[in-house]
Amino acid sequence: MTAAAEQTRTLTYAEAVREALAQAMTADERVFLLGEDVGTYGGAFGVTGDLVHRFGEERIRDTPISELGIVGAAVGAALAGMRPVVEIQFSDFTAQAMDQIVNQAAKIHFMLGGAATVPMVLRAPTGSGTGAAAQHSQSLEAWFAHVPGLKVVMPATPADAKTLLLAAIDDPNPVIVLEHKLLYKQSGPVPEAATPARLGEAAVRRTGADLTIVATGVMVSRALEAAEQLAADGIDVSVIDPRTLKPLDAQPIVDDVIRTGRALLVQEAPKTAGFMAEIAATIGESPAFGHLRAPIARLCGLDVPIPYAPQLERAAVPQAGDIVRAATDLVRRW
Amino acid sequence: MDLIGDAGPAREALLTMWTIRRFEEAVDDLFARGLMHGTMHLSIGQEAVPVGACLALSEGDYITSTHRGHGHCIARGARLDEMMAELLAKETGYCRGRGGSMHIADVATGNLGANGIVAGGVPIAAGAGLAVRMRGGQEVVVSFFGDGAVNEGAWHEGVNLAAIWDLPVVFVCENNHYGMSMSVSRAFRVKQLSERATAYGIPGVTVDGNDPQAVHDAVADAVARARAGEGPTLVEATTYRWKGHSKSDKNLYRTREEIEQWRERDPIARFEQRVANTLGEQEIQACRNEARERVRAAIRAANAAPDASADSLTEAVYAK
Repeated sequence: MTAAAEQTRTLTYAEAVREALAQAMTADERVFLLGEDVGTYGGAFGVTGDLVHRFGEERIRDTPISELGIVGAAVGAALAGMRPVVEIQFSDFTAQAMDQIVNQAAKIHFMLGGAATVPMVLRAPTGSGTGAAAQHSQSLEAWFAHVPGLKVVMPATPADAKTLLLAAIDDPNPVIVLEHKLLYKQSGPVPEAATPARLGEAAVRRTGADLTIVATGVMVSRALEAAEQLAADGIDVSVIDPRTLKPLDAQPIVDDVIRTGRALLVQEAPKTAGFMAEIAATIGESPAFGHLRAPIARLCGLDVPIPYAPQLERAAVPQAGDIVRAATDLVRRW
Repeated sequence: MDLIGDAGPAREALLTMWTIRRFEEAVDDLFARGLMHGTMHLSIGQEAVPVGACLALSEGDYITSTHRGHGHCIARGARLDEMMAELLAKETGYCRGRGGSMHIADVATGNLGANGIVAGGVPIAAGAGLAVRMRGGQEVVVSFFGDGAVNEGAWHEGVNLAAIWDLPVVFVCENNHYGMSMSVSRAFRVKQLSERATAYGIPGVTVDGNDPQAVHDAVADAVARARAGEGPTLVEATTYRWKGHSKSDKNLYRTREEIEQWRERDPIARFEQRVANTLGEQEIQACRNEARERVRAAIRAANAAPDASADSLTEAVYAK
């Protein structure tokens, strides 16, 4: 790592995203933003902030409420040589735009035998915890990870929010970046330099002897919180954050499970056919299988829509205490 | 551009219409004989629309196309051998066998792609127009779609974005009277689809889509507006598809008489009559022969090419 890349300051996750956008737009005039209320309003979650004053209304482009049209326009602009970054106000609204995401953006490079590319980014606030209920709180990453042609990114820290977004903008493919709403106000060290991360590189957040926890999005910080409590109880766990679900960097997970012999997979999304089922299968198909001392365990959101009432909402998705209990059970029982 | 009285454009229009007709007749034949795979959507009877519209475009301009897109592709100048190779599942096809009839694109001629999703190309055209605008370019985008597309959300969202941002896009509706089996009289209340333009604050015009000159004039006006920064136009070209929607269509929803009436308004036969004095019978016959020969040569070249290979199947899922 160069000295420049090591220069960090404390920024919030939202500020880190904004800094990545600003640096990418400064470096490359083809990069522009479009989405609902990204201009003077500053973005539904304040992410775009003052960018319109720095880059103007042409490049920080407010759109009508037309999710399909917005994504379609990004596909067309990308085909015609631009580098659009779309903000979809809540990831739930990608359902409105699914044709353009799945049938157009993801397929065009392949359908055309490689003759054209769609270098676009779709950013979407995702997840529960804000009391916004069923249509504004979903975790839909498995939808996108299932589609060949899309890349899927879930940054869990401010630093990753910046460097993974820079990587997504650099990438010649359509990339979905799912930013967790509860993380926007969290602070952490963020590199000053506009150095992109590499898509397809997991982060080992913590290394322990007894259990491998794999977690995505906001569950990474909950898993780390749980790990502290578990350590106090004498249980030593690893926490691995894949960071990009597609391409997936499975090797650190497999290596860690070989060492610990146990895996607890934590996601906010409902359990059935969720992304952690893919991780479970990946471990099961790998040499780690022979080292397992316990069945692979999943701790996921319930198979329910996200409810409104705060106590119900908390009950619908894993909390740090749930991770502690599941981990303790797994280690004590096996 | 005078397609009737001016020998050069007249010849080009006639040759291109015949080329589209012969290409699609050949495709129909190859499919019927079991030599072509999959499905395809033929535009026989509609040739005047792509030919009239594309003659209004310049190098560097873009088009988006539809699942009935052979005509657009040919009119924009695509290579017939690569098109035929694609349909015959060859490695030398435009998409190396990944796209087929519904997904042919020719980036070299600004063709951003046929589309298997009705209205899918409409917001993409708006986006290409946005890219042109942001680069300060002079290019124009023509978005082709059928009457079936105008009731999809993608159409409304794409047209509205182009309208509010004054994008250089010309929306060309090929109203061939049926969205698969759904007739235009059952699918919307307006008399003419061009009326829809009013709702978006842009000009709308309906022309005889079996007359390449009428299509050309309307699209050329719209292209001029677009290049001048005055925004999009909706051009509705009324025409008819002689063949079924796709290969599985039994034509249960329309009568032989109706089809026969439209065949009598064959855009190519009518155009030949109108350019008889300009080109002369010999030149007209030469266009017919040349179109036939071009298509035969394309089939020969495609047949001689290697089959698309599965060895590299997973390679072009992601761009490097």
